[in-house]
Amino acid sequence: MLKSCFTGKLFALLLLVVLASPASADKNWRENGNSRATEVEACVAPTDQMRRNHMEMIMHQRDITVHEGIRKTDNSLKGCISCHANKDDSGKYIPVNAEGQFCAGCHSYVAAQLDCFSCHATVPR
Amino acid sequence: MTEKTNLARRNFLTKMPAAAAAATVVPGVVLHSTGAQAAARDTAVSDKVRWGMLVDSNKCADACTACVDACNKENGLDMHKMPEGADADTWDQQKPQWIRTVKLRDITTGRESKLPMMCQHCEKPPCEDVCPTGASFRRADGIVMVDRHICIGCRYCMMACPYKARTFLHENVDIKPELAPRGKGCVESCNFCVHRLDNGETTTACQDACAKEGHHAIIFGDLNDPESQVSKALKKYPSQQIRADLKLNPGVRYSGI
Repeated sequence: MLKSCFTGKLFALLLLVVLASPASADKNWRENGNSRATEVEACVAPTDQMRRNHMEMIMHQRDITVHEGIRKTDNSLKGCISCHANKDDSGKYIPVNAEGQFCAGCHSYVAAQLDCFSCHATVPR
Repeated sequence: MTEKTNLARRNFLTKMPAAAAAATVVPGVVLHSTGAQAAARDTAVSDKVRWGMLVDSNKCADACTACVDACNKENGLDMHKMPEGADADTWDQQKPQWIRTVKLRDITTGRESKLPMMCQHCEKPPCEDVCPTGASFRRADGIVMVDRHICIGCRYCMMACPYKARTFLHENVDIKPELAPRGKGCVESCNFCVHRLDNGETTTACQDACAKEGHHAIIFGDLNDPESQVSKALKKYPSQQIRADLKLNPGVRYSGI
């Protein structure tokens, strides 16, 4: 009983390390990128909230946009992309789902499939 | 679903005092809100507006495809071509098409007429009835749409639609249009250029193209507003619903057929 409790704690600790890693891994996007987002302190909500809840925000916005026709831009996917897309040396936008870019960087790390971009644009227009 | 219901409740509660205040500003004066807005919409659409269309088949010119071309361009349907090695006939039948021209021939008199056919935006849409996920739905302002986020691509709605208005997207879309996001595996159909309406415009791409060609066969507007161009035209000219026997009350009416 005692042993299993210890194992459980160890597992929880390991899980925490794994969960915390992308946060430290994605520091790179701010340091290496040149998107508009690198110049501002925080996103539409504090960073820790964005890391955990961005999917909820986008999903909520998508529902009110499609079903109620509300086209405000505060939590829109278009807003994410316009702010987080980096440019390459020639000044052309790099798709946010390209390897190592803002969206793909974390999503491939945690193996969470990114479905947005089978329909939505990956670069600002 | 619960979240949606709560949201509607909240909206209702927050708007209620405002509505009450507006009604009591001047006794005896009723304030109307119009469907058209100048900027991107920030409040939910309501059933005060019902978007609809009147098509005058007599003005629809032979061999003209302006409305079809304009729709394809507006919604990015022209961005993908026939896949390599595909059968041309199959492609012709299956390619994405939100609006098409149809020729009708009266077999007793031989009279031919031509009309554009698209989603008829029924009041009681059969596509919505059969959809297993709720992806096919009718918006409060009468626009029948597909929520691609929850469409599983079963194509039941395509079978149910008596107007053959829907197509299925079989191929990946390489260039994604910003205004009308679309991708492989979903059913799609005319949405009355909903991105335009939500951003304050009051015309559709097909209507603009038809007017530009000088035909003016398509009149679009709010069916609930007696002062709108479409309501006035419907009052003045005889028109009919296609397959009126199904009692679907479509938002698209035709005259001259």
